[in-house]
Amino acid sequence: MNALAPLVVVPVVLPLVAAAVLLLIRDSRRRLGSLINIAATLGGLMVAVAILWQVNVAAGPDAIAVHLTSNWAAPFGIALVADRLSALMLVLVGVVSTGAALYAAAGWARAGSYFHPLFQIQLMGINGAFLTGDFFNLFVFFEVMLAASYGLQLHGSGWPRVRSGMHYIAVNLLASSLFLVGLAILYGVMGTLSMADVATKVALVPPGDRGLLHAGAAILAMAVLIKAAVWPLNSWLVPAYTAASTPVAALFVLMTKVGVYSILRLWMLLFPATMASSAQFGGDFLMVAGLATLAFGAIGVLASIRLDRIAAFSIIVTSGTLLASFATGSIAASAAALFYLVSSTFAVSALFLMVEPVQRTRSERHAQRPVYDNIPHEDDNLDDQQLPLVGRAFPVSIAALGLAYMACSLLVAGLPPLSGFLSKAAILTAIVGDDPAAAVPTSAGVLMALLLCASLFTTISLVRAGIRHFWSAGGRFAPRLKLVESGAVLVLISACLLLTVFAEPVLRYTTATATYLHAPRPYVQAVFDAPARPGPTTPDYAPYERAPYNSATDDGMQADTP
Amino acid sequence: MEVLLALVIGVLGGAGVWLVLRPRTFQVVMGLVLLSYAVNLFIFSMGSLSIDHPPIVAPGQTADLQSYSDPVPQALVLTAIVIGFATTALFLVVLLAARGFSGTDHVDGERDAE
Repeated sequence: MNALAPLVVVPVVLPLVAAAVLLLIRDSRRRLGSLINIAATLGGLMVAVAILWQVNVAAGPDAIAVHLTSNWAAPFGIALVADRLSALMLVLVGVVSTGAALYAAAGWARAGSYFHPLFQIQLMGINGAFLTGDFFNLFVFFEVMLAASYGLQLHGSGWPRVRSGMHYIAVNLLASSLFLVGLAILYGVMGTLSMADVATKVALVPPGDRGLLHAGAAILAMAVLIKAAVWPLNSWLVPAYTAASTPVAALFVLMTKVGVYSILRLWMLLFPATMASSAQFGGDFLMVAGLATLAFGAIGVLASIRLDRIAAFSIIVTSGTLLASFATGSIAASAAALFYLVSSTFAVSALFLMVEPVQRTRSERHAQRPVYDNIPHEDDNLDDQQLPLVGRAFPVSIAALGLAYMACSLLVAGLPPLSGFLSKAAILTAIVGDDPAAAVPTSAGVLMALLLCASLFTTISLVRAGIRHFWSAGGRFAPRLKLVESGAVLVLISACLLLTVFAEPVLRYTTATATYLHAPRPYVQAVFDAPARPGPTTPDYAPYERAPYNSATDDGMQADTP
Repeated sequence: MEVLLALVIGVLGGAGVWLVLRPRTFQVVMGLVLLSYAVNLFIFSMGSLSIDHPPIVAPGQTADLQSYSDPVPQALVLTAIVIGFATTALFLVVLLAARGFSGTDHVDGERDAE
């Protein structure tokens, strides 16, 4: 896997370099800035696809690419690790950010200064969080991502943004404190923060320190769960995301996925089901939290009238579904949930991008021309005298917008025939299981009921908003759509169409991902086996001798553990 | 020394949490600062508390926390301080912007009848 290893660093370095270049471009040359932004984002997408391709093609232990930053061998330095899960998330980032960058080029980038550098820094933070193999480095990339997101959330300014941004920042600073406390406890117990090293040492923690280990992991998980918008820690999400400008909100959909990814990684590495003691610690809590989040999100969707609020609550629904599905501990459910993660992220981002064009149908400022020249009078009986409505074509823009809205609704609600339905059906199938005689656990039954309810509520809410925006008579205008804006929505929706057509290979990929997540040995092996290049002055380079993985004896504890 | 440090961390953390829950933006930012002090001290204490120990294992010594002080928490706390400082500074700017928009220092921008 040596050929791939240098490629792993590109998703972090490319946005950083692009941001540095974009800083140097004056505000008067925004078109150039937009071009560089889109080019860098597209480049990131292509690198992500290349990594995914190679990780998928390579079999066995080779399917994990490890890059040792600064050439420090495994437990000492920080490793960037691209496994199947990271590669999938990188592609997710690539597609969504391409959509957001295209949309921003249509005009939102002009709403304030430094949009493009912040955008790239945010991408760097998200990509880095997905790639890093070290818990403290995960914290650093979280902070990079959040610092950029604070700026992006305030992009365009205005009281609603500043007010919700203030709450958003305060909550996230608190969460960062929790993150650090959790990290410190884990370090105190195990004497290491490298994810692979933690995974080997967690089995060796003596029973007396188990409580501390659990406390540290739980505090860390709490910090991550705040980012994943778990109820009741998600009151910051809806105001912040609805106040943010359109492309920023679409990009922010990725941030809750970073939280979900981190909890998955942390949980699978620290408490795998194969472990003798404290296997799947906290699984029950994750299940309850996921179910509560799902219920909260579903009710929120139903209660929302505005399209941006519906989209924001859909993010919460997604988070709840993912956490509860992962918490079932079944490989099939996790695989289906990963498929759902990809599909729903694309769909909700597309929905966020459509909020503003749909609202343009209500304002004259962006109007091309009215949809109806003479609106039928209230007293006209349209069944008998259809003259006012007959023979008039829809303007192209409103037809395209309506079709895209329909596709988005089907995807977000999980109705056939698109990938939203396929992924939800896969989750439900996995929960029920192959054996009809086997009893379904209560939590799984509740999850099924809530999933179906969430779909129903989302359908009701989106149809209601659609009727209000596209069908109700009076005062509507065909919006003027720019080509790049339509392209942005098209990128995301066609990604979902591809997911629908190629559902089987994608599901096979996510199944392989989930299988290997449930047995973290190859991950640990790959990180430790990554060779550091011998320097010119150190010919007799000796690799670090580590305790055997998952041995249940206590004598393997390192002496440097306090 | 352990008891003293634990007390200091507890008092800082408790005061920080109380201040964060107050309705004035300045109190919130002070609370966040106190909390970050508490967290930084906590990280620092994870590397064992010792005086006069070099952060390196001298030749002939056993790699034992009795004879050296762990340098990793010191590096971690340095990073945490820098990041916490930067984000708090950014938060201050947002507070000032909020003050400008709403004309009050209430966290929700509400004018109360004081």
